[in-house]
Amino acid sequence: MSNVLVLVDHTAGVVRKTTAELLTIARRLGEPVAVFIGDGVQDALPALGQYGATKVIALTNPELSQYLVAPKAEALQQVAAKIEPSAILISSNAEGKEIAARLAVKLESGLITDAVDVQADGSSPVTTQSVFAGNFTVKSKITKGIAIITVKPNAATPEAAETSPEVEEFDVTISDAAKTARITDSKPRAATGRPELTEAAIIVSGGRGTGGDFAPVEAFADSLGAAVGASRAAVDSGWYPHAYQVGQTGKTVSPQLYVAAGISGAIQHRAGMQTSKTIVAINKDNEAPIFELVDFGVVGDLHKVLPAATEEVTKRKS
Amino acid sequence: MKIVVCAKFVPDATADRRFRSEDNTVDRAGVDGLLSELDEYAVETALTVKEAGDAEVTILTVGPEQAADAVKKGLQMGADAGVHVLDDAIHGSDAVATSLVLSKALAKLEADLVIFGMASTDGGMGVVPAMVSERLGLPAVTLGSEVTVDGTSVKIRRDGDTASDTVEGTLPLVLSVSDQANEPRYPSFKGIMAAKKKPVQTWSLADLEITPEQVSSWTEVVEVTARPARTAGTIVTDEDGSGAGQLVEFLSTNKFL
Ligand SMILES: Cc1cc2nc3c(=O)[nH]c(=O)nc-3n(C[C@H](O)[C@H](O)[C@H](O)COP(=O)(O)OP(=O)(O)OC[C@H]3O[C@@H](n4cnc5c(N)ncnc54)[C@H](O)[C@@H]3O)c2cc1C
Ligand SMILES: Nc1ncnc2c1ncn2[C@@H]1O[C@H](COP(=O)(O)O)[C@@H](O)[C@H]1O
Repeated sequence: MSNVLVLVDHTAGVVRKTTAELLTIARRLGEPVAVFIGDGVQDALPALGQYGATKVIALTNPELSQYLVAPKAEALQQVAAKIEPSAILISSNAEGKEIAARLAVKLESGLITDAVDVQADGSSPVTTQSVFAGNFTVKSKITKGIAIITVKPNAATPEAAETSPEVEEFDVTISDAAKTARITDSKPRAATGRPELTEAAIIVSGGRGTGGDFAPVEAFADSLGAAVGASRAAVDSGWYPHAYQVGQTGKTVSPQLYVAAGISGAIQHRAGMQTSKTIVAINKDNEAPIFELVDFGVVGDLHKVLPAATEEVTKRKS
Repeated sequence: MKIVVCAKFVPDATADRRFRSEDNTVDRAGVDGLLSELDEYAVETALTVKEAGDAEVTILTVGPEQAADAVKKGLQMGADAGVHVLDDAIHGSDAVATSLVLSKALAKLEADLVIFGMASTDGGMGVVPAMVSERLGLPAVTLGSEVTVDGTSVKIRRDGDTASDTVEGTLPLVLSVSDQANEPRYPSFKGIMAAKKKPVQTWSLADLEITPEQVSSWTEVVEVTARPARTAGTIVTDEDGSGAGQLVEFLSTNKFL
């Protein structure tokens, strides 16, 4: 069976759920080999073994984190030269997509981004993508080189397949050319304690209709154990950080349940959420376009409906 | 300073976007198109740099005949010149191939600063800037939400998922900007009139010494399915104050509690 490289997505050795999903997908295509960049590989090992990594290649060169993506792409190219994988799977976030883009050029290979599903057709992967604001589903294949695919969160249900992988330290050489864009400052965002927006099963989003007060949105989200999202109008007004924007130029999400409160449902917002399984909206305008999408809608003032609903949920849950 | 803005002509998102049934490629001819909205932020960045100092701004687009409209829009906003790479062989090319064409054109234009939008509004991959940087061997500072350009370097704020980073690089360089970077201007009447006299060159693949084989796509769409229409949902009003109760009942019935 051919090797399939999986780039581990982690923070200081804490592996993100997306990596378990990538490893699960990799097993459909071949033997998963995990590539771990940075510190903390020993902490990550149990999680990587749980989802079937047959080997873990550790890259600890400090230059890999000081610069933007170019050195990581160089490193993966060197790993690929040794492992000769048939496919490379990377998480579909801003950094992952840029690494994949550079690799596609370096390896002269086809690239597919933002896959929401990957299946094996024989030994070659068939990807599913959601395009044109979620209005079409497209299945594609890569016809040249190593199949490089970036995969969105929730593209697969992680399935355990216990292995005990060995860690192999791998020394990479980073060229000066790859070290030209420097990260000169980094301000970490404070953790909210809520689920990650792109991974959450439930999202409650607020828009201009909140009038700037996100407290009812957050309280309702917390009663459901949900992540909080925002429309661009709310973000542009400075009411909520950009990292939580849902839509074309924010995050594309596909949760089990999406609740839009005080959001009109502009095409750019729909682009980021209309593949959600169940959609609920609270809007005081019964002609708001968001109601065209909903499974359940409440025409009313979110400042009344959300607090009452929060109270009711809390009551039922206790 | 010589600035080139890479701007794409895309099907209008508010119109009926579709695929060509014969080869599963995006229909760019039969649908109204325009300069990708997200590339307007790149044009605006270029014009701001130009206004602060000495720079010449060229709009570069790769696309079908109608893509000339994207170049025109950039000129109307205030760019100085345009280049349109037009060749039938480019139809159906993927991002890797597009990045090759852009790179060859950029090398010919000898750009000091290449500015991209964050993603095209049709394909939306957000990969072409990194590919061009890779091909030209230039540094890339991408997804700038705040951009500072001086005579020799570029500094951006990049808002990531877990941190907000400052990233810097020295010219010549590839830059991409997000829709947080600025507020794109509308063309003025004067701008629209002036655009008519600005030079636009049309280049073919041969002009860039690229063969048709080099722009063949390395990915293939095997199936396109329109999303089934959503069945109409239940809509209740909160006039009598029962909205929250009914909402929670819906959530409970559907096992979200
Ligand atoms: C290039 C580009 C990219 C974009 N990207 C995105 C994106 O990624 N994400 C995004 O969201 N948008 C995006 N937009 C913006 C988008 O076009 C809309 O402007 C935006 O989504 C509107 O946000 P909104 O629904 O919160 O505000 P509005 O459209 O103003 O809607 C507010 C809604 O709240 C309702 N309301 C008001 N008060 C109350 C109340 N008390 N209770 C209940 N309801 C109330 C109103 O009836 C209205 O329907 C983009 C636009 C462009 C041009
Ligand atoms: N055909 C094209 N012509 C000119 N610029 C393009 C073209 N395709 C992509 N770009 C540029 O690359 C950016 C990212 O595109 P993409 O990777 O397709 O999302 C766009 O915002 C444009 O700046």
